[in-house]
Order: sequence, then structure tokens, then C-alpha cells
Amino acid sequence: MGAYIARRLLSGVITIWFIATATFFGMHAVPGDPLLNDKAVTPEIRANLERAYGLDKPVPQQYLIFLKNMLQGDFGISFTQQNRRVNDIIAEHFPVSATLGVLALLFAAGGGIMFGALTALFRSRMPDYLIMFLVIIAVSVPSFVFAGLGQLAILRLNSLLGFSLLPVAGWGTVAHMLVPALVLGLGTMAYLTRLMRSSMLEVAETDYIRTARAKGLTPRRIFFRHQLRNAILPVVTVLGPAIAAITTGGFVVELVFAIPGLGRYFVQAVQQLDYTVIMGTTVFYGAFLVLMVIAVDIVYGFIDPRIQVSKSLS
Amino acid sequence: MVSYIPTAEDFQALDSAREGDRIDRPSLSYWQDVWRRLRSNRRALASLSIVVGLLLFTLMGPLLWRVDPALQDLEQVSQPPSLGRYALVVADNTPAPTVTHTAISSAAVDREQAARNLRLLGTPHSEGVNLAWDPLPGVDAYQLYRHEYPPRDADDLGLPMARLMPQEISYRDLLGLETRQYYYSIVGVYNGKEARAYTTLPVVVEQAILFSEAEYRGLLSGDATPETAVGSSIRLESHPLGTDYLGRDMLARLMWGARTSLFIGICAPLIFVIIGLAYGGLAGYSGGRLDGAMMRFADFVIALPFLLFMILFKIAFGLGPGESGIGPMLLALVLLSWPATARLVRGQVLQIREEAYIAAARMMGATAPYLVLRHILPNVMGVLLVSLTFAIPTAIFTEAFLSFIGMGVVPPTPSWGSMCNDGIRTMLSHPHELMFPALFISVTVLAFNLLGDGLRDAMDARMRSGT
Repeated sequence: MGAYIARRLLSGVITIWFIATATFFGMHAVPGDPLLNDKAVTPEIRANLERAYGLDKPVPQQYLIFLKNMLQGDFGISFTQQNRRVNDIIAEHFPVSATLGVLALLFAAGGGIMFGALTALFRSRMPDYLIMFLVIIAVSVPSFVFAGLGQLAILRLNSLLGFSLLPVAGWGTVAHMLVPALVLGLGTMAYLTRLMRSSMLEVAETDYIRTARAKGLTPRRIFFRHQLRNAILPVVTVLGPAIAAITTGGFVVELVFAIPGLGRYFVQAVQQLDYTVIMGTTVFYGAFLVLMVIAVDIVYGFIDPRIQVSKSLS
Repeated sequence: MVSYIPTAEDFQALDSAREGDRIDRPSLSYWQDVWRRLRSNRRALASLSIVVGLLLFTLMGPLLWRVDPALQDLEQVSQPPSLGRYALVVADNTPAPTVTHTAISSAAVDREQAARNLRLLGTPHSEGVNLAWDPLPGVDAYQLYRHEYPPRDADDLGLPMARLMPQEISYRDLLGLETRQYYYSIVGVYNGKEARAYTTLPVVVEQAILFSEAEYRGLLSGDATPETAVGSSIRLESHPLGTDYLGRDMLARLMWGARTSLFIGICAPLIFVIIGLAYGGLAGYSGGRLDGAMMRFADFVIALPFLLFMILFKIAFGLGPGESGIGPMLLALVLLSWPATARLVRGQVLQIREEAYIAAARMMGATAPYLVLRHILPNVMGVLLVSLTFAIPTAIFTEAFLSFIGMGVVPPTPSWGSMCNDGIRTMLSHPHELMFPALFISVTVLAFNLLGDGLRDAMDARMRSGT
């Protein structure tokens, strides 16, 4: 187990190094630089700025400096936000994105498992058709449209009630998070519902369900203890990629609902070519996702003892 | 042991006409069978006709509806769908009617008294609303307000329009008039302070167009002169699906936007599926070290943060003046998306390579190109086609998403995503600007998703026995 985790971590580190390198050189290949955004400066000031940020050195040397600093956990100072360290930006804004993401994931996993189980329970009957219809709608409508509609719905609801039940945008309280998290989790929820449904139907055909029925167990017990528990396994496998989709896809929702998450800074940084912020957020997200996928794989081993970790190595 | 050696007499040709040996039904090839099964799937068939309809809409539409998608019609900004709208032709330089009087002496000042007889001079239309009112005794000035709703009290009179000298008791409002109802309020100002009493007049503004503007846009008959045309009602350009915030025709923009969205949505998957097929096929077929190295590289490309590289590629490939940004987006999408297909194809090829029929073909002396073209490729095709149909909605979403955050196509090139981006700003007042492009994206993605489902069901051999 320990050796397995070590190997996964090592391959994760290589992946992150590759992402960082590709991003670094990709970013520097883009014409222009972050100092271009500044007001018109004299060549002397520009030279001073370049020296201060280390941009006067050749790119390979900048790369080595970046690697050295990254290994020490330091991503430098933002180009566009004065005197703000990238580490501070991440520390301040990632918790916002993470909170939103966790809530969205809870909605997605809870809703997906529940609705998937319901469709399997009412197979080829009204609830099944209704839920699957909604699922198809949910995967076909772009998230920014849902975000807009969500905001519209809050406005209408508030004006209908005559007082402000939910805030339309912003961040701070749980009430701020509910609708954005729901919007954010909707696509994943639809996907998980589909997955859960097919998984439930597959489990229903297995021998141990027939055995359980033959033993005379109550349908309730069969459903919860035997069918549901086994059907959840594939859902757990895709949770890793789902976390990735939710955390990285979050910034549409952050944009529409004016939430100060990391996604917004990331897009801003890319648009302004803020080298240090781009590198910091990319490496941070990369590391986060790699860790999440490894964690899910390990958790999976605990949930399903049949899966031998050492086997999945080969 | 006696061994019997058969001779020619022991064999006898079968009578092919014999009952039971004949194949009664026409034999179907794999693809004929897939088509037969797909045809019996009503949902998939409906989706297929939607896709064909969309292609017709975007390819034939602009030939029939010849409206420039970038043409701005500032007389009709953010108009909801309608078949035709009429406008009153007004003369170009109508002088504002001014009503003046000498200020009434401040002897009988009554601050509680509201101005009387707030009235309209002439027809109120979008080229000007003329108001007049009776003088109030002892005022320093008049303050005129305009509101979009009936004012609730003296603090809710709306937009302050003008402060007028006491001898001026008329005003011409020209400020961004739309065809809707307004509430004008007049308040007296005494010693620099506004009184609480006010008079409100609801005014319904009519659509109007200046004579020269109508002439310029070719809305008038050839022999029209200002004398004959002014005061008549003419038909404005029709916008069946309304207009956007710059007065551009939504229908034309949707048609041209479909070209962008569908072009990227269909071409990008087509290209990267072919690249993925070649890459994955080569890796899977050759196996060994080469396979390992190639797949390692594909894994790295998959691990790249998609959005970041999408944007970086787009910037790196550059945009010359007058370019739409479609090319760089297509290229970026292809460069980042092929590994998923490559993995899929490689897995399939690895599996097919071990099949008995491949071994049999090899034993009969089949060459590698023959094996690949005749046995491996046709067997990969099914999975590939399904993954292609599912890649199309993803690509359409990506385009829409990038255009939505302003990193997609460059204005004025329309695309459904950039139209959504424009529409979401005016969502609360003019929902149709968001709803139409969003509807088109959703229906397209829905159609491709259902078609993909149908294709998968039609091709999946495991489901054969069930039906």
C-alpha cells in the first residue's frame, strides 16, 4: 500500500512538473508580457521593472529560477496586483472556490445517487421518464445559461416574496452559496444520475440479488443493503474527475454570481499575462487535482475490498 | 482397425433449392443493420432530423434571409420578436415649441401647490416628447423628472431631466427615448429647495423615425418628399426574432452564429478523431516500447489544464486584424482534444489485435496494411463514430464557453456563445437576447447527445441479444 501510494505520488510529481514546464514555455511564447498592461513607461523605468521581476534574464534561466522558487513553495509577486504575493492570492481565494466546490459536489453526489436510485426503482414508469428527461436537459444547457437563469429565479422569488430571501450575487453567508453551488453541481449531478441508473440496473441482474430475493429478504433491505451499496461503487470512481470538473469549471459561476474565487483571478491572469499568477494557480490546481485522483483511488480500495490496490498497478 | 478412404462417390452436391438450407431474408451488412436499428429508434431519428434542419438553417438560411448580421439598427434596439413594426415619419429639424411667460410675483407663494395642467404638445414619439405646464407663482425654478414606473412619492420621481428657469414652462425631452410608457413629473423649486408637491403625467412614446434617416435606409418610396412623407406611418425593417442590444437582427445573427458554432463543433472533433485514430492505432498496433512512450505523451497532454492552454494557444497563434478567431480556436481545440480518442482507439486496437479472426487472417498470410484496413479499422469504426457524436456537443460547449468569457471569436463575428454573452447582460430587461442563442445551443447539444445514444444502442453488439 505504502509503495503504491509512493509510486502514484511520484508519477503525480512528474505530471505536475510537466504541466509547469509546458505552461511556463507556452506562456512565454505568447507575444507581449505583463508589463505591457502598465501605463506608458519610459525605457529606463521599463528596464528597471524588468530587472526587478527578473524578466531581463533569458527565458531558460527564468525557468530555473522559477523551478527553484517553486520547490521552496514560493510563486513570487503578482505583476498586475501591486505587492500581492501569489501565495497570498491563492490562500485568500482558493478557500472560497473550495467551499463552493464542496457544496456543489455534495449536491451533485447526493442528488445523483438519489435520482439514479429513484429512476432504477421506478424503471420505465413516470418518475424514471421525468428524471431522465431532466437529466438530458441538464447536460444540454450550458452552465452559464443555468447561472443566468438561477439569478433570474432568485430575483423573481425575492420580488414575489417582497423581501430578499436569497442574495442575487456576492459572497459571505450560506445563503450566498446555495444557488451557485446548485448551478455548479448540476452538470455533474446529471452525469452521476445516468451512471447510477445504469449501475443500479446492472446490479439488479446479478446473482446475489436473486439469492437475496430467494432468501426472502424484504425488498427494502435488498434495495438499500444489496443493490444500492454495490451500485454506488462506479459513482465513487468518477468522483475524482468530477472534483476536477467542478473546481475548474467553477469560474463561470464565480463570474456570473460575482464570487471572489480563484477561478476569476486565474482567467484575469491569463488575459493579462500575469506570469507569476498563471504559474502559481496552474501548479496549485494541477497538484490539487493529482492529489484528488490519488485520494479517490485509495478511498476506493477501502470501500470495495475486492479491489486490490496492487492489482490496479499492473 | 479398418480405415475407410472416401471416394468422390461418397460426396453429393446439396440441392440449394432445398427448403431449410435457403437463406430466406436478405443478408445485411453491419452498417445496414446499424441503420435499420437506428431507424427504429424514434428519438435518434428525431435528433437526426434536427441536425439536418440545423445544417439547412445555417447553410441555406443566409441565402433566404439576406440581412447583414453586423448591421446595427439603432431605431430598434433590444426589440422583442415581432413581424413588423411601424414608425411615424417626422421632419428633420422641428424646432422645440417654447412656451414662456413672465414670472408671477412672489406675493402668493403656496409651496403645497403642485403645477397644474402638465400637458403634451404634439404627439410624443421617440424623436422627442414636448411638455408644457401652467406657471406656479413664486418659484425660483422648475425641476422635471422622468420615471419608468408610476412614482410612489416625492422621493421616487425617477431621472432628473432638467432644471428650468421660472419663465420657461415647456421642455423637450430627447434623452434616449424608447417606445414605452414614461411618467413625467414637475416640481417647483423655492429658494433652491424642491417642494414636496408634484404633478405626474403618464406618456406613451410612439416609435418615430426622422425623414432623412428613413430615406437613407430606403424605407420610403422613391418620390417621397418631406412634405408628403412627414406624418405618415412607414414600416420599419422587420426582425422576426427581435434585435440585440445594438439593434442587430437576431435571426441573421443566429444563422451566421450557427456557422461559427457548428463549424467548430463539427470540424474540430472530426479532425481530432482522425488524429486520435492514427496515433492510437499506431500505438496499439505496434505495442511495446513505442506504445508506452506514445501513451505517456498522450497522458501528459490530457493532464494539461484545458482552459489555460486553450486560451494560451489562441493568443499564441495570433490574431491579425479583421480575423474572426475561428482558426486559432479550432487549432487549439484539436491540439488539446486528440489524446482522449487516441486512448480509446488504442484500447480497442489492443483488444482486437488478440482476437481469433486476426490470428486466422495472419495465418492465411494477411499483410499488415490488409489487417489494419480490412479487420481492425472497420471494427474500431463503431466506437469511434459514437465518440465523435459525443465530442461534438463538447466542442460546441467549449466554443460557447470561450466566447462567453470573451476569449472566443472576435466581434462582430457572431457565434452562439458570444450572443449568450451579450444577452446575459440584458437578461433582466430583454430575456429574448439570451434565450434564443441558449435555446439553439441546447437543442443542438441535445440532438447530438440523443443521436449518440441512439448510435451506441444501434452498434453495441452486447445489446443485440436483448432485442
